[in-house]
Amino acid sequence: MNPATQTYEPGTHPDLPPPSSAVGAVAWMRRHLFSGPWNTILTLLAAYLLILVIPPIIRWVFVDADLSGDTREACTSGGACWVFIKVRFAQFMYGFYPIEERWRVDLTFIIFFAVLIPMMFERMPGRKWLTIFLLFIFPIIAFFLLYGGSFGLAVVETPRWGGLMLTLVIAVIGIVASLPIGVVLALGRRSNMPIVRTICVVFIEFWRGVPLITVLFMASVMFPLFMPEGASFDKLLRALIGVALFSAAYMAEVIRGGLQAIPKGQYEAAEAMGLGYWRVMGLVILPQALKMVIPGIVNTFIGLFKDTTLVLIIGLFDFLGIVQAAATDPKWLGYSVEGYVFCAFVYWIFCFSMSRYSMYLERKLDTGHAR
Amino acid sequence: MSTNHEISSTPAKPPIWNDPVYRGIFFQVLVLGAVVLFGLYIFNNTAENLERQGIASGFGFMNTTAGFGIITHLVEYTEESSYGRAFLVGLLNTLLVSAVGVVLATLLGLLVGIARLSKNLLVSGIATVYIEVIRNIPLLLQIFFWYFAVLRSVPAPKNSVELLDTFFLNNRGLYSPAPLPQSGFMWIVIALIVAIVAIIIMRNWARKRQDRTGQPFHTFYVSLAILIGLPALAAIVTGLPLAWEYPVLKGFNFQGGLVMIPEFVALLLALSIYTGAFIAEIVRAGILSVSHGQTEAASAVGLRNSVTLRLVVLPQALRVIIPPLTSQYLNLVKNSSLAAAIAYPELVSIFAGTVLNQTGQAVEVILITMGVYLTISLTISLFMNWYNKNMALVER
Repeated sequence: MNPATQTYEPGTHPDLPPPSSAVGAVAWMRRHLFSGPWNTILTLLAAYLLILVIPPIIRWVFVDADLSGDTREACTSGGACWVFIKVRFAQFMYGFYPIEERWRVDLTFIIFFAVLIPMMFERMPGRKWLTIFLLFIFPIIAFFLLYGGSFGLAVVETPRWGGLMLTLVIAVIGIVASLPIGVVLALGRRSNMPIVRTICVVFIEFWRGVPLITVLFMASVMFPLFMPEGASFDKLLRALIGVALFSAAYMAEVIRGGLQAIPKGQYEAAEAMGLGYWRVMGLVILPQALKMVIPGIVNTFIGLFKDTTLVLIIGLFDFLGIVQAAATDPKWLGYSVEGYVFCAFVYWIFCFSMSRYSMYLERKLDTGHAR
Repeated sequence: MSTNHEISSTPAKPPIWNDPVYRGIFFQVLVLGAVVLFGLYIFNNTAENLERQGIASGFGFMNTTAGFGIITHLVEYTEESSYGRAFLVGLLNTLLVSAVGVVLATLLGLLVGIARLSKNLLVSGIATVYIEVIRNIPLLLQIFFWYFAVLRSVPAPKNSVELLDTFFLNNRGLYSPAPLPQSGFMWIVIALIVAIVAIIIMRNWARKRQDRTGQPFHTFYVSLAILIGLPALAAIVTGLPLAWEYPVLKGFNFQGGLVMIPEFVALLLALSIYTGAFIAEIVRAGILSVSHGQTEAASAVGLRNSVTLRLVVLPQALRVIIPPLTSQYLNLVKNSSLAAAIAYPELVSIFAGTVLNQTGQAVEVILITMGVYLTISLTISLFMNWYNKNMALVER
């Protein structure tokens, strides 16, 4: 007997499957893509756009691309010439760092990421010690490894540094150096001493009001004038000072946001315990405020990481600088697109993963202080 | 501690080195002294260094002849013009690219921000991919991409990419017809001004009428009609006093018409696409910040979707959108200085680049350049603070 016409006792009717227009792929498409004339037109337009754009890109990047060989003559199929990237890869990573010393760069960054990655997880035991190691001890180790000059390591002058390694060095030093300066500036800006506050406000607003390029120009042409006669310091160091001062101002504003978010009761309670200013800040306020602004710090770092590309304008060969130099090399003329795509891909991996991490932190921190 | 102390109503004064007031003064004097000493030290070193290197100081160089050409200038400029004139050319070019960039970035950001909230998964997916890709790639790389990879590879003038025989794209730039106002064009401008004044008066009247009688007026359509109608009328009456100069291929290059050099196009594209991605996120956050109850309440009182959007959602969303939008505009102005890398003749490229190299007066040149950006930043943020105050929620 046909189940649709069968009669049942009340309450014993078996559940019928939902109509096919409410579940499954068809219903999903109707709900999300074709839910009206306007939406249908949009969907069709978008689909047409994708068909127009995606297949040529895939063909260029994968299907027609050349990867074997090591001269430009190997690139014959009309797609991307990844041979260019393959041949220049080591230079893109290390710049002009001497080949026999490149293990030092590898070692430095292996230590860096080996400490950094466990540090990013909340549950990691001994996380505090890892942080202290990364902020205070690692820079010293990194300096001796990268620059050399002692422990039997040959000196590698900074003009030979370059590529992704230089980009990471500038970004990491910039952020590590700007953190303490930023804390001091943020505290100063919220201080009730008028002169200290004014100095901090002027300093912060000055650096935030000018573009990084002018700061770098200043670092490269004005800093040498500031030094007493005979004293000179290296171009990379000057750029680093400029970058650190610049990002310190942004850092100060991020940290100030955290300081403002701490309820007044915390300050009052700490003072009622008889703690002095530095103890109130160091033991009660800053630990809470800094924890709150970690997402902001990561976002500042992303901005700084992208901004490090600007050092190529004052003649340092960072990652983009060295790709740009390679693309204008007569031996590989006409393959700049491959260079830029590779470069963009690397920057994107770094920035995208950091922004995801910062969003993860934001979600995690959201519970405690929402009122 | 002894118990038979007298209880005094005023607390004992701490010794002077523990008194917060004196401590504060002492500390501030110390900080101020350190800053002043550091400043003097730098000033002395700089003066000595300049003297030893025989570099002149002061701003006298602004009046000497520059002696270099600038490829694109909004005001009259020749190689005989002064450095001061070159500065003005650079400043105007910076302002031009920033102004056009702000408009394009806002439009793009608005479009993509709304697209990202679309219920259509394909549309919102494309918007998401655009935002996530563009935001995470350095701007300088994008400028290089547009300039070296895209605009350098377009054909030479002989084989220009053309659109309707009026727009031409080649490796010398983007050519379009240039408007040539004839005599009588003034009347159209006057009509435009009259139209704007009329619209303001009409809006005021419409608002008062609505307050009095509760009847809404078709302000938008009437405004549009006035804005287009009056100048159009003036144009017809005066017999269209506007001629167009078309670009024409002569020899190896186009002559006449409006030309946007490739540097400008590349910078503009990169700036507006990059900033547009950030603005899109701001717009999205702003619209999401208006709680669902507001839209539900609006439809409960019988407002249509479009009216809800215009009268309920947008005014509240704008309040959230404007502060971060301001900082994006400021970023765009500051980022226009990246043009120095592709030699578009804006402020940094002309002044902190060429002029600095020619005169060697690093201190003055850098100070002027930074001063200009500081002034622009402070002006925009002051204006936006004022605007923000007007838009802010009035709590009752």
